[in-house]
Amino acid sequence: MSELSFDNTQSLSARRSFRAFDAIVLVLLVLVLWQAIGSWTRGVAVSPPLQTFAYLASLLTTSMFWSHAAATLEAFALAFVLSALLGLLLGLVFGVRRFAGEVAEPILAGFYTIPKVTLYPVVLLLFGLGMSAKVAFGVMHGLVPMTLFTLGAVRNLPPVLLRTARVLRLSPGRTMRWVLVPACLPDIVNGLRLSFSLSLLGVLIGEMFSSQRGLGFLLVSGMAQNNVPLSTAVVTVIVVIAIVANTLMLRVSRRFARRADQAAT
Amino acid sequence: MTRRHAALLVRTAILASLIALLEIGCRTGVIDTLTVIAPSDMVASMLDQIRSGELNASIATTFSTILIAFVCAVVLGMAIGALIHRFARLRDVADPLLASYYSVPTFIFYPLLVALLGLGKAPLVVLGILSASPAVVISTLSGLDSVAPVLMKLARVHRLTPTRTLLWIVLPAALPHLFTGFKLALSYALIGVIAGEFILSGTGLGYAISFAYQSFDNRTMYGAMLFVLLVAVIANGVLYVWEGRLARRRSPG
Repeated sequence: MSELSFDNTQSLSARRSFRAFDAIVLVLLVLVLWQAIGSWTRGVAVSPPLQTFAYLASLLTTSMFWSHAAATLEAFALAFVLSALLGLLLGLVFGVRRFAGEVAEPILAGFYTIPKVTLYPVVLLLFGLGMSAKVAFGVMHGLVPMTLFTLGAVRNLPPVLLRTARVLRLSPGRTMRWVLVPACLPDIVNGLRLSFSLSLLGVLIGEMFSSQRGLGFLLVSGMAQNNVPLSTAVVTVIVVIAIVANTLMLRVSRRFARRADQAAT
Repeated sequence: MTRRHAALLVRTAILASLIALLEIGCRTGVIDTLTVIAPSDMVASMLDQIRSGELNASIATTFSTILIAFVCAVVLGMAIGALIHRFARLRDVADPLLASYYSVPTFIFYPLLVALLGLGKAPLVVLGILSASPAVVISTLSGLDSVAPVLMKLARVHRLTPTRTLLWIVLPAALPHLFTGFKLALSYALIGVIAGEFILSGTGLGYAISFAYQSFDNRTMYGAMLFVLLVAVIANGVLYVWEGRLARRRSPG
């Protein structure tokens, strides 16, 4: 990902207002584009923004929407928490045990780039239709980036930190708690960010392929029933949630990175 | 070097024993063959399908779609990247978009694209472009950023025309970054197109897999699946090695 670089001559507040202005411009551009596509296709595929927001407002009052949203949220929360914890643990272990890391990393990286959708039938055969298959598919997407980011962070750690831990005779658990995790925090948050969006993708694809519940199902059924505002509204909800979550985590990871830089100097 | 070889050896041993374990489990009936079939059967089924030619149409459709999407994504991504790089103001606006683009599951636009363009190649190509081009934009930006100012000065000293500057200075200097972008773009296009075919389509490898799944034809399903995964792994592996060579050729100089 590209990182923003600022020259330090600009004052902080001026920079902030500049960025707020840019964000508004961006949102306006997206809305104009959205409206253009909506009116150009006369609403056969995408309903224009105002109509979508009106529909969304009424959709949010129905219990039908919330039961689907709850199904997605439950599967996603489980998948994300599992990916995050397992990925963190695996990443730390593979990072500290260098050889195990060297053995595992290409396998993980290879798994990361294959089209995992094709494996969804296997997941369905193993777990049966329902919540557990969605969760498993979400974990399949979210686990690897978390592991790889943590692994990379531990590997690039200054060796003096681990040596200090050894000198102080910290137990493995304490080394993890007091040395590894704090030192790797910026990368861990970045891993979480990627893991968040990918496990969300996994859960949604699972729901779109064969499921009777969840936002992914609602999206596909909206299209099947030719209910354009419904599918557009669902897409809008998902996009907004994804962007907000990503922006928050990006901010947190930048703050941690800055703090780590200050601590280092 | 020996350590790397040892890691490779252990890795191969682990993978091979996993496959052997699966084979034994299926043969002895510990693993239900209604769930997973033996790896040797998967290979046999894949070879059967390739030999009989029943996959040919799917292969042609899928790979031509991926290729079109990839080429469009590269051309579009480089053009947008160059444009954004040229205008700093534009970059300020586009940066947050690029930073959060991949957090949005692009795939959820696919049903809208199908409604817009009809079932067929077009929505898949657009989906492939949507998921692949931002990677090219980002890598073009970092590639152009990485061109050392002294190189541009050199071009000016030699009074190169803009086209020549681009061909002789900018492109070679930015190549490693660009290549990373192309690699990502290819794998994103592949994932996007096959996922689209899998969820909602009437042709292609993704569709062949989901069709076999829905008609409880496990043998065909695993054969086609193995084929897709092998192609993906080989394509990524080749690009990975190539990228490593490019990087190594530049580093000693």
